[in-house]
Amino acid sequence: MPDMIKKAEEIFFRILMIISTVAIAAALLLILFSILYKGLPSLSWEMISQTPKGGFYFGKEGGILNAIIGSLYLSICSTILALIIGLPVAMYMNVFLIRHKKSLNLIRFFLDILWGIPSIVYGAFGFVIMIYFGLKTSLLAGIITVTLFIIPIMVRSMDEVIKTVPSGLLESALSLGSTKTEISYKVFLRQCIPGIVTAILLSFGRAIGDAASVLFTTGYTDSIPESLSDPAATLPLAIFFQLGSPIEEVRQRAFASAAILTFIILLISIVARLLSTKFNRNKIKF
Amino acid sequence: MSGLYRKWIDRINEAWMFVFLLLIIILPFILAAGLYLKSYLIISENHLSDLLFTDIWKPAENKFGFAPFIISSVWVSLSTLVLAVPVCLLSSIYITQYARSSVLKLMQPVIDILAGIPSVIYGVWGVLMIVPFSVKAAEWFGIHTTGYNIFSGALVLLVMIIPFILNILIEIFRIIPEELSEASLSLGATKWETIKFVLLRKALPGIVSAFGLGLSRAFGETIAVLMVVGNVIKIPHNIFDAGYPLPALIANNYGEMLSIPKYDSALMFAALILLAVILVFNFASRVLIMRLERYA
Amino acid sequence: MNETPKILISNLNLSIDKQDILKNINVKIPENKITVLLGPSGCGKTTLLKTLNRLTDLYENVKINGSIILDNEDILHTKSDITKIRQKMGLLSQRPYPLPMSIYGNVSYGLKIKGVKKKKMLDEKVEHYLKAVNLWEEVRERLHHPASALSIGQQQRLCLARGLAVDPEIILADEPTSALDPLSSQSIEEMFTILKKDYTLVVVTHILRQAKRIADYVVFMYLGEVVEQGPADEFFSSPKMDRTKAYLKGAFN
Repeated sequence: MPDMIKKAEEIFFRILMIISTVAIAAALLLILFSILYKGLPSLSWEMISQTPKGGFYFGKEGGILNAIIGSLYLSICSTILALIIGLPVAMYMNVFLIRHKKSLNLIRFFLDILWGIPSIVYGAFGFVIMIYFGLKTSLLAGIITVTLFIIPIMVRSMDEVIKTVPSGLLESALSLGSTKTEISYKVFLRQCIPGIVTAILLSFGRAIGDAASVLFTTGYTDSIPESLSDPAATLPLAIFFQLGSPIEEVRQRAFASAAILTFIILLISIVARLLSTKFNRNKIKF
Repeated sequence: MSGLYRKWIDRINEAWMFVFLLLIIILPFILAAGLYLKSYLIISENHLSDLLFTDIWKPAENKFGFAPFIISSVWVSLSTLVLAVPVCLLSSIYITQYARSSVLKLMQPVIDILAGIPSVIYGVWGVLMIVPFSVKAAEWFGIHTTGYNIFSGALVLLVMIIPFILNILIEIFRIIPEELSEASLSLGATKWETIKFVLLRKALPGIVSAFGLGLSRAFGETIAVLMVVGNVIKIPHNIFDAGYPLPALIANNYGEMLSIPKYDSALMFAALILLAVILVFNFASRVLIMRLERYA
Repeated sequence: MNETPKILISNLNLSIDKQDILKNINVKIPENKITVLLGPSGCGKTTLLKTLNRLTDLYENVKINGSIILDNEDILHTKSDITKIRQKMGLLSQRPYPLPMSIYGNVSYGLKIKGVKKKKMLDEKVEHYLKAVNLWEEVRERLHHPASALSIGQQQRLCLARGLAVDPEIILADEPTSALDPLSSQSIEEMFTILKKDYTLVVVTHILRQAKRIADYVVFMYLGEVVEQGPADEFFSSPKMDRTKAYLKGAFN
């Protein structure tokens, strides 16, 4: 008899487990479906090819080209900046510091903690810097803030990739007389390209999707920014503001904008996935 | 290329790598210092306990009581945690212990995409689906609500932190050696008994820290929560009350903060509280995880 | 060897992901003897051991056919509860894996699973089996400390006590000394020779000298097949197959 109870308990929990897992997958489908279902009908060429015209915020004509371009500027620039800072750091950790396990663990620990700091705190900090240096809300201030925000993501995910390079490769390259710099950028970089590209895409996705960090710093404008000191609109904020409107047409556009952002993010994750499976295939050879 | 030249390149390169690394390491300190300096004004004029524990928020009258926001934040993140614990535990156990490996292959992209969806999209989804659901759910309990409340915030946050927690839990269950299960099974335990008495116990520190990290994620999440949580400055009394968490406070008032004296200082203080809480949670959880990895 | 074997393995084939791991295994494991599964690493001896208590159920995409008869019951195709069959066999693995609980908790774990609840009974059993593996004197003062604090050698003896506590008839050991220092290894080997009075032992090893020290019956395996089997003295003094001879000379490992 106790065996029956044991069995029933296990089956009961197994069913709950399956329900939980299915529910998680279902949540994703629900999100994608509801965004696309609401967004696609109001999506038009006008939406993505024009900046807001007079009366846009009352539901008249115009589009969100300003926000799309603003977001692209912002996220491309900060991804490049973060790459310029992040790649050397990740290399340094894995080529120069590889024998110092303790400091390496400490650095990873720090980066993980930085990764955990929410973007609104980076946003507030960006605001503090802005005030300190007398900057106005601008593309530049936004880029600085977002760069700080994605650096830990960039470094840690590249680090995870570079970490997998077998240490034998480093030793044999050293014994052939290469300097550590040459090893970093010729041997290791080539070895890890797909993984590094995945890391860059991941950071880019974070940069383009985050709203809280740019809320204070980039400002918002209906025109396309022409210099770094202009304010800039971003896609997440465009969605946020339009959804807050009481006018139905504007809210419809918020859903359409959300569909656009979702497309971009899905595209990024599909490319990243393709690359990482390719990367894994290369890795098995060792 | 001469050897000397190459050597110098190497030196210079090493130096600049090192400088960048230092910059990253001192970043959290600069962050804290910057926020502290900016919020110094309000900390110096008020008792810390007054700021944290009083509930009158009238910036125009120089009254800054953070209690409604802090309590809202606690409500939202704890309710998220209560929902997340069973879902994440059950699912991670299923994926790592019962399911065929093809299920993991199927779930991995699901988890990754969920993790990549921007916060504002979660917010839009929350407005579309969760808020109406929240109205219905409250009716069950005989409560009338707009749907913009803590429950909605917690549900949206739940879906947002699931991929994050699930990833860690799956990793933790996978580093537990299979021989441990074999030992338990060969003593006559069933699979479920093995999970209950051995695996969960072995993974406990890891599980605690996974949820610690998830909790701090939930605590700092801004836009998605802000869009569904109601934003009413009042101490909430049940899960169907509207709330006004700290991140929402900061995000909602950036526009006017320079027009009222000390308002900006108060908002930076809110960011500082957020940073402090999250650093503590992160620190504790990471230390636990590192320990687990060392002894596993 | 005319008495009925404790375990009779016939025509056993096992494949994982369509890769053959065990090919047509026929082995008779005699009662109250130490049977040694000998062979170079990767020859399938550990898999064979795990098939005996069906830990192979854990693997994905396994195909098993053939039969393993224990006490007139084919354990591969039985309808009775697999946990009952597993309790007839104690398992000792390559490295000790103490359960994440106290020393006391480890030894009493199997008993509690069986449904023993009386504290007095549990106390007695724990003491009895810890004495059986010569661990009692070393740990009696700290029964409720975590088992992971013991030395590796003590942990392995604890694992043996834990396995004995569920009152098995058979002890399966998978290279049980490979992680141990020479002294601890010796004490495990000595214990085995004492235990065979009451238990049937199946020990996997790739150490030839260990096999010579403890074996009563030897099964030599190579690349998933049983090359030769027989009583230990015969096997070591006059091997019949060429591959066995080569192995005994140390030609491959």
